[in-house]
Amino acid sequence: MEIFFDGLIVFSLAVIIFLAIWINKRVKGILKDMQNSKKDFDKEAYKNQISNMSRQQLSSLLDVLKNRKLSVLKIVILSTLFSGISNYASAQNSGSGALLSETGIIITIALLLIPIILVMALFAIRMRKLTRNYAAKNDLTRAKKFAEYLKNQPEEEIERDITGRQQSLDYSLTHKELSGNLPAQDTKGILNVKPDMGLPFVAIKKKAITRKPVDPQLSKLVLWYLICATFWLLFGTTIGEYVGIKFVAPDADHLSWLSFGRLRPVHTNSVFWGWASLGMLGLGYYVVPRVGNRPLYSYKLGWYSLYLINATVLLGSLALMDGINNGGGEYREYIWPIMLLFGIGLVLTLINFLKTIARRATKEIYISNWYIVSAIMFCLVIATVAYVPSWQNGLGETIVQGYYMHQGVGMWFMLFTLGLVYYYLPQQLNKPIYSYSLGILAFWTQILFYTLIGTHHFVFSSIPWWLQTVAIFGSVGMVIPVIAGTTNFLMTFKNGWYQLADSYTLPFFLVGTIFYFTGSMQGTAEAFRSTNLIWHFTDFTTAHSHLTMYGIISFYIWACVYTIVPRMTNNEAPQVTVGAHFWLALIGLLFYTVPLMYGATMKGKMWMEGKPFIDSVVLMAPYWLWRAIGGTLMWISHLFFAYNLYKMMPSTAKVDVGEKAIEILQSELNVAQSK
Amino acid sequence: MEWFDDHKKLFLAALLLFVGLTVLVAIIPALKNERINQALPGAEPLSQDAIAGKYIYIANGCVGCHTQQVRNVDMDKMWGQRPSMAADYALIRRTDFWRNTATLMGTERTGPDLTNVGTRQGNKEWNLTHLFNPRILVKESVMPAYPWLFEIKKEPAQGDVVVNVPAEYLKGIDGKVVATKEALQLVAYLQSLKQAKLPDQIIAPEFLYKKAKTEATAGSDGAATEIDGAELYGIHCQACHQANGEGLPGAFPPLKGSKVVLDDNIDLYVDIIMNGYTARESEGYGPMLAVGTNANLSPEEVAAIMNHERTSWGNNAKKVTPDDVKKVLEAIKSEKK
Repeated sequence: MEIFFDGLIVFSLAVIIFLAIWINKRVKGILKDMQNSKKDFDKEAYKNQISNMSRQQLSSLLDVLKNRKLSVLKIVILSTLFSGISNYASAQNSGSGALLSETGIIITIALLLIPIILVMALFAIRMRKLTRNYAAKNDLTRAKKFAEYLKNQPEEEIERDITGRQQSLDYSLTHKELSGNLPAQDTKGILNVKPDMGLPFVAIKKKAITRKPVDPQLSKLVLWYLICATFWLLFGTTIGEYVGIKFVAPDADHLSWLSFGRLRPVHTNSVFWGWASLGMLGLGYYVVPRVGNRPLYSYKLGWYSLYLINATVLLGSLALMDGINNGGGEYREYIWPIMLLFGIGLVLTLINFLKTIARRATKEIYISNWYIVSAIMFCLVIATVAYVPSWQNGLGETIVQGYYMHQGVGMWFMLFTLGLVYYYLPQQLNKPIYSYSLGILAFWTQILFYTLIGTHHFVFSSIPWWLQTVAIFGSVGMVIPVIAGTTNFLMTFKNGWYQLADSYTLPFFLVGTIFYFTGSMQGTAEAFRSTNLIWHFTDFTTAHSHLTMYGIISFYIWACVYTIVPRMTNNEAPQVTVGAHFWLALIGLLFYTVPLMYGATMKGKMWMEGKPFIDSVVLMAPYWLWRAIGGTLMWISHLFFAYNLYKMMPSTAKVDVGEKAIEILQSELNVAQSK
Repeated sequence: MEWFDDHKKLFLAALLLFVGLTVLVAIIPALKNERINQALPGAEPLSQDAIAGKYIYIANGCVGCHTQQVRNVDMDKMWGQRPSMAADYALIRRTDFWRNTATLMGTERTGPDLTNVGTRQGNKEWNLTHLFNPRILVKESVMPAYPWLFEIKKEPAQGDVVVNVPAEYLKGIDGKVVATKEALQLVAYLQSLKQAKLPDQIIAPEFLYKKAKTEATAGSDGAATEIDGAELYGIHCQACHQANGEGLPGAFPPLKGSKVVLDDNIDLYVDIIMNGYTARESEGYGPMLAVGTNANLSPEEVAAIMNHERTSWGNNAKKVTPDDVKKVLEAIKSEKK
């Protein structure tokens, strides 16, 4: 609520300042006009007036002048003189202070601001009327003076001026000055006239640009990573959807393997380690060799890594459903023998990437590889810290848990995905990244601040108070890398925004970037002690994790998939289903998160008031229903995504008419030559 | 910078920065915490049954919805007598070779906190029925049912713990619901979840962010603030005696039309609320715990609850005042001496 009121106050202050500036400008304008109207018409003013008049006005003026000698002078002139030149001197309102931390005071100020704004608005309306009256009066004096001036000037001169002006108004281009009259010949291949296809049902977007063919071995590897990732996305979100439904219908089934407590970690772990991790790795396998201009060190290692990670998620999911888990740390539910497979898979990939980079043809290491390789190294460190038992007795386990769960998100998923975006976004926009050095700044500050923030999940717990404070400090520090990253991506879009309309990949990038900013900033806001009071332990956390893991990571992965797969397979997904995927995912996510966040805020307030716990369960019922509806939309969007991926798979049956014709001619030629 | 172009130097630098910070914010605090914190003298180690029950608690992912931490903020007061301390967790060790330490503090409170549930709701019968299907007792609950922790027997053997389940939850199956060993172990674990008493020389941490004392200022000008008895009933009584005051036949006695509740003499009534009751076990009703004492209810709060019970569901008895309750409490105290 406090944030809401803060926002309201800032908004109100902005309105007040705006009104003050406007009134100020208005008054200045009147004063200037009054001065002007006192002045006599001179040569310059006359010239200005003539050039400001419309064609019609000029000809009627000419008529009048011609008839002047015969009749009484009648001049009607509509003035167009006035344009107040503004002089911005903002009347700064004071209003911020230390007292603002009290909710009561904030509410009071917000309430006070409403009538103030109302009064200002009324005042503004009065002022507007008044100034208009003044302006009309001034214009009248000015018109009289102008008429007087015209009367006293030699007639021929005025006539010459007016006809001259009329000629310049009449002039227009023929539109043939540059092209000439001959039909166009497109020798540079610039024109792209599409054959008539009737009314398009969806907007026609640009096709992927054909590039140098990708090594078939690499593209097979990357495609299989993406296929497996998509399988785990479908599996994981089907589970997630079912788990969400259980909030609405807790008696949907009574099987131990499908009970809520066991399925929940199946959902989180399979979308984490199955979908997002495999997706990122697959896309990474394309980027790492590409930016170093050398082929991948070993395809075999890449395949082993894929097998191992798939085995991890498969065995892990089965174990969790059977009730075998590690003791309940978030995303740490797989027991160590299973997680070890994932670790080995990552080590193999790390070796593979490092060897590839060591053999690179470029001098520098492109920023994407900084992010990607570091993410893999850090993930291994995190997992080691989380699974080695030496420091996990008692509260130690919770301290490690706080560290682990947040580093997993920030140092594995976020870091890796940022690395991907640093490659795929400029690729798709066909221009370099806006600032390499901002990328470097974001890289080091992300490591510096993100590493500290883990324990903000245990604010007010028995974890040492200083450690909680460090975590909150780190959360605030995250503003730096997040703003650096967002700025970098948005500025890369600069001058390329027009491409958004006719691209089906860029909207995914844009949504990812927007959620990167809002989701991460929301994380900072949630970390404060005051906001923790309301939101901690509520469904707000669930909403936040979906805004970030789904809004940022998944949207970016989809963006990259739609960017890269057509280049490897020469097949594009149907635009209708890509559009369906995009909109269902986005709208579903909003249906999922917004009601949950609202309900969670109400729930937190209820807890603070000491209401019976069950009341908060009753309160959440409609918001849980909304969550299930949003979740269903998201789930349907994944079906579309899977279909799209299927459509993008390499095909053998498809015949390219041009390509085939060349082939036929070539073979005929060969036959002729051999004779 | 040159070293940015050397992959060994670049990645080593990043790794060292990350590992260094990791040691500072995770490993050192964790190790230090192990060293300096010891279990409270009042803390009881878990029984064999409770340990087995904890494994079931872990296996079924209960931590996904139930926290076990009373934070040092005022709103958490309802979950324990004092905020949890590092020492409360000091006894917890690695589960076994395969599984990590389970501190089970949790990060989500979709269900109530369980730090002190053994004191608050330690009733075995209640817990068993609730596990079989929570909606028997708490209509609005979204907690999963755990029927696989129970078996249906036509004729329960000697020593079988029969669970009270209304017919509509049996879906026409004939027989009695009997708790398995696992169900009993899980309940033993829940019953063992109690906040240990602090030794006299240790002062419990304070609850922060106390509710603003608007009530106090309102009360200063004479008007006594009304305590919401219905709300307190919802927190402390409703889980067993139900929102309609009818209890659960064969498990929890009704308060609607209850002789004890409606009686003009409130001695027994107050005594039951504060100190529990076992006199009706022969009728099949489980023992009632010392709800009032465990929850630290004030005489004003007890009076509010009593007045709610005496005037709801068709009950129509004279209201009591906090002073009446105080008198009874003093009488009970002196009797004990």
